[in-house]
Amino acid sequence: MADLIPIYYLGKKHLVPEGVTIMGAIELSGHRLVRGCGCRGGFCGACATVYRVPGDHQIKVGLACQTQIEEGMDVAILPYYPAQKILLNIRSEEDPVKTLYRMYPEMFRCLGCSACTKICPQDLSVMDIIAEAQRGNLTAVAEMSFDCVMCGLCASRCLAQMVPYNIAMSARRLYAYSSLPRPGYVDARIKEVEQGLYDGQIDELIDNGQEELQKLYAERDIECI
Amino acid sequence: MTYPPHFDETLNKVKETRNFRKSQEIERLNDNERTRLIADFHPDYRDEGMEKLRIGANKGNRVPVELAKTLESYSIYNPDQLNLAEPDYCTDILIVGGGGAGCAAALTAHEGGAEVLMTTKLRLGDANTLMAEGGMCSPVRPEDSPYLHFIDTIGGGHYTNIPELVKALVSDGPEIAAWLMDMGVMFDYEEDGSLKVNHCGGHSRKRMLSCKDLTGLELMRVMRDELRDRQIPCLEFSPVVDLLLDENGACSGAVLYNMETGEMTTVHAKAVIMASGGIGRLHIQGFPTTNHYGATADGLVVAYRAGAELIHMDSIQYHPTGTVWPEQLLGQLITEVMRGQGAHLVNVNGERFVNELECRDTCASACIRECSERGNGVVTPTGFEGVWLDTPLIPDIKNHFVGIYQRFKKYDIDIQHEPILVYPTQHYQNGGLKINPQAETSLPGLYAAGEVAGGIQGKNRLAGNSLLDIFVYGRRAARRALEVNKDYGGSEKLTVEHIRDYHASLQELAVPKEQHSPVLLPDYTPAKQKAEV
Repeated sequence: MADLIPIYYLGKKHLVPEGVTIMGAIELSGHRLVRGCGCRGGFCGACATVYRVPGDHQIKVGLACQTQIEEGMDVAILPYYPAQKILLNIRSEEDPVKTLYRMYPEMFRCLGCSACTKICPQDLSVMDIIAEAQRGNLTAVAEMSFDCVMCGLCASRCLAQMVPYNIAMSARRLYAYSSLPRPGYVDARIKEVEQGLYDGQIDELIDNGQEELQKLYAERDIECI
Repeated sequence: MTYPPHFDETLNKVKETRNFRKSQEIERLNDNERTRLIADFHPDYRDEGMEKLRIGANKGNRVPVELAKTLESYSIYNPDQLNLAEPDYCTDILIVGGGGAGCAAALTAHEGGAEVLMTTKLRLGDANTLMAEGGMCSPVRPEDSPYLHFIDTIGGGHYTNIPELVKALVSDGPEIAAWLMDMGVMFDYEEDGSLKVNHCGGHSRKRMLSCKDLTGLELMRVMRDELRDRQIPCLEFSPVVDLLLDENGACSGAVLYNMETGEMTTVHAKAVIMASGGIGRLHIQGFPTTNHYGATADGLVVAYRAGAELIHMDSIQYHPTGTVWPEQLLGQLITEVMRGQGAHLVNVNGERFVNELECRDTCASACIRECSERGNGVVTPTGFEGVWLDTPLIPDIKNHFVGIYQRFKKYDIDIQHEPILVYPTQHYQNGGLKINPQAETSLPGLYAAGEVAGGIQGKNRLAGNSLLDIFVYGRRAARRALEVNKDYGGSEKLTVEHIRDYHASLQELAVPKEQHSPVLLPDYTPAKQKAEV
């Protein structure tokens, strides 16, 4: 059995085994989470957590399901933070960069304080992402923000009161919609399916039964890695 | 954290054998060998883990013990206390679940002009979809075809799939890819502008489209954004705890439970699309799971109580490569694409023991055999056992698998140079509500899509086929509901008579009064004495 160490959850002391995650520690203290818990695998951003450790003035962050506890840490999960989202019509004819500028003009009020970057539990360079958004470089915004889990912590710290993760969300969609290629073979295949090119082939497989299928399966050629 | 010192010996063996293994060919098993391996080692074949249902449409069928208990349970509220004369919400189509299938259904129903209400247990988008790493299979390349995808899927499912459901799955695949591109999904591309495609277990062609190693997250956040853009309403933290029927026995709404206030509300709907996901958090046979916090089989429970039929519920998918160390990541998924890109499965002695591109049930059974009968597992300090996934074989792993690289880096394990310790983990419910190609269940007015639906994947799902199936059947369910709703002849009169009947049958079986379902969330708090409040 691991040694027990103290942590403070919402200011209340609990003794929990060393080495567990913050989420594990909260549950081992008897709490059954409803808010502030989602995929438990670091993907969903439901358990954005802020904490401080003794002897350090700095505020620290992490996803509760991914962060190990430290002795004496003082923890609060931030399950929700109000955010503004502007409605996007992805199919509009407007220039994508102009669309983004129109939607979120507050991005130009960025003070360059870097609080967003410091707080991001995914280690994204949020301030640089906003700088690229200001420059209208949607490709850079899309690539740099790809790992965003939209936990909301950046919005909670922004001095210019913007919501960086929603700006990045719109930028990624605008970039993908306007700039990523759509290979011709995709539409060609859709057309073939619509024309019923494969219906007969597949129906024949179904009618011929399992033995024939087993034979085809065993004999199929497999593309190399 | 890193690896405990006593792993040094086996880690060295893995390193020493790496070059030799690169040129080693491991034969695929033939049908007989495969069937035998699975029958001997797959958890579905452990008799002590299974039980016969004593009630309902599938009475007499063998299902996991944990599911049987959940299905043979009372509702969590008193049906006599509902005010059914005045439902709290009225809508055309009620969609249960905020994952990929539910969102696809909602967007499609909305496109068709219906009034849509979504309801979900946690937040919109909190679902297994979001956790999918590898990608979505779609037979779009010229070298590929729906015909080949059909053979792979049905062969992988050991010919237990309902063939017409597979036909629909593979035929809709290309259209689904285009539909997602049109919403602004960032798929991966090659430099020549063609779609990047990955190989994965059981497929004969490279057909897995990806968004780095966060495919599910990207798909989910794009759909969620689009739902918000269209202002489609969603009731969060409001799981469905029962379905309502009309006087003709057709599904006509649901009872919702507000998990934050304890309030019960009722919805009247002309059609209900069940897209509530899977079962992993019931921890079948005590296995850890890759699943979301809310994957507790709610949809199966409420639909079964209302009379809907299940299929293949004796079949659970264990993903061969769930994390074993560090323990904080226990059960979490390591995507199959790593094997597709050359990572070997290796035992304590540094030996391969299965062709890594076999189907999931085969690879999982082989891992279990290695750790049990053959005694070739690696044992952790707390008694878990696993085999190595030799990640250093993958070129440019740090960029291609950013998410996984980062996750292990936090525990001082560098997967560029060190392998990952893995063991099968509960990943997917192969069976579910029985549907037809139009996503209709056996209960009129109830449609099902995504993991809660069964028959599409047979008794073994191939990688990348569920991310496709959620969209295919989410969209099909919505289209069919729109069509049926045009001639809606249902009644405004809602009833819970079926629930009273079900409760009466439970009483006859002497099911204890305090046994309730759906369980809604797993309980990971210590089993201390808690006061009833």
